[in-house]
Amino acid sequence: MARSSGTLTAAATVPATGHGDPAPSTYAAFFGRWVGTWLALPFPLGLLLLWAASSHFGWVAPQVLPSPQAVLSTFIELAQSGELWDNLWISLLRVLAGFGVGVAGGLLLGVAMGLSPLFKDYVYPFFKALSQVPVLGWLPLLMLLVGIDEALKIILIAKAALVPIAVNTYKGIENVPTRYVEVARVLQFSRWQLLWRVVFPAALPPVWNGVRYGFTHAWLALVVVELLASSEGLGYMIVFGRQLFQLDVVIAAVAVVGVVGYLGDQLLARIEVILLGWRRSGF
Amino acid sequence: MMPYFSKTRVDRDRHPVPPFLRGWVLPVVLVLLWWLAAHLHWSDSPLLVPPGKVWDTALQQVASGELVRALAASLRRDLIGLVIGVSAGLMFGIAFGLSRLFEKMIGPTFHTLKQISLFAWIPLLSVWFGLGDAAKVAFLSLAAFFPVVLNTFEGIRSVPGELIEAARVLKLTRRQWLTKLVLPAAAPSILAGIHLALVYAWLATLGAEYLLVSGQGIGNTMIDGRELFLMDLVIFGVIVVGLVGFALNWLAARIERRLLAWRGRSVAQF
Repeated sequence: MARSSGTLTAAATVPATGHGDPAPSTYAAFFGRWVGTWLALPFPLGLLLLWAASSHFGWVAPQVLPSPQAVLSTFIELAQSGELWDNLWISLLRVLAGFGVGVAGGLLLGVAMGLSPLFKDYVYPFFKALSQVPVLGWLPLLMLLVGIDEALKIILIAKAALVPIAVNTYKGIENVPTRYVEVARVLQFSRWQLLWRVVFPAALPPVWNGVRYGFTHAWLALVVVELLASSEGLGYMIVFGRQLFQLDVVIAAVAVVGVVGYLGDQLLARIEVILLGWRRSGF
Repeated sequence: MMPYFSKTRVDRDRHPVPPFLRGWVLPVVLVLLWWLAAHLHWSDSPLLVPPGKVWDTALQQVASGELVRALAASLRRDLIGLVIGVSAGLMFGIAFGLSRLFEKMIGPTFHTLKQISLFAWIPLLSVWFGLGDAAKVAFLSLAAFFPVVLNTFEGIRSVPGELIEAARVLKLTRRQWLTKLVLPAAAPSILAGIHLALVYAWLATLGAEYLLVSGQGIGNTMIDGRELFLMDLVIFGVIVVGLVGFALNWLAARIERRLLAWRGRSVAQF
């Protein structure tokens, strides 16, 4: 489920590659989208109504499920007092630092394994074995080694991002079609040109896929590590609210976690369109 | 691999260590360093336990039955959560795949909920289901649910149109159409989803044990080890967790191969 935002609607959003005149279908497409939007509304609205009704008529205790109004007012309160933004900022800094380290390390490792079979022979099996241990498996060990400070969070987030990026980079480079390389040879490219003009661009789609997976994993790791060992950040807000049975705080923070994760993935998707824009001209 | 790195290729063949041993060099060197560091007392930290101590702990954990008890508790939950999550995921995925109306009505809500980082559910689930096994199983089911839905949906939607037309010509009943055509054609994607579910559920098993500390399990063993500063126990736990992850992966890959074996045959007939 990692990198699959918008999969359900993928078929509808994939840009048409043909050069045909899109005019006849535009009206239908617009109408279809309009109907689609309306169709999407009843279910969540129904849920919301059910939620509101259950708290309004006291079907469930407010400690178990606070009313939507309570969640909304708590959210506004947290936003106005700045508490939300402070915690969000801390979480963002952590994820950026960890993700940055993970991207750098993953790309280096992946490129090295992709370009040098010898390096791959020595490192890949061990890397593969270590990556069998999920991020959370390392947590107690790292807690003993580096304590529960920032270092723990950065290392864990970096590890979470590094594995998919390194694997995808390595596989991406290894799978560059041989015929591209042959063309480059015919054109007498230097080794440097070969790397920057042929190998890296051809490997970019899987590499970027890895980066997006990496971000999803990094965000997941951030939430876990903040839930487990932190005194600030979005995850801490969730834990704190849970301990005081203030579920309105929990739900508000969970919603922010969801929105930020989504926006992060969307940002990477936009960058992907820019980075891979050149590909369309070929067809 | 790529022919342009001919120099590297020669290096690779001429290198002193034979290829099948190369993967062992790094771990062996690291363990040796670890052993040396502990043996020569490079550090006074109680965290620097010698490899031998980890081995002793491992033997003791196995002999006393502690390991079996903890693993059985973890895997039992893992399995129950998987069964619930995968079956619910299959039902939703098939419904999404077959009915555009259902997709349009429920899809956006599903996508919104999917955005929530998995572990953020735990505090909510712990309020709704308590701190015991019920909350853990609910969380595991959720972890398994999402990848199965997405992959089942994608598998069904990418069934080639020609197959659907062929079904129309053959006048298959609705039931035959689903079980003989759509589901087999979507099987690779569905199985990939179940494989992912297996990976996520194992991660979630650990997370649930860390965050909902009551009860037994391999995650609890590790957390206890950390609290008591028993580095040997924690390292042993990391190794066990890795081995289980590996075993689950291997099992999933095997099942996938077996269930998809018919594809190879059917192509060979032509």
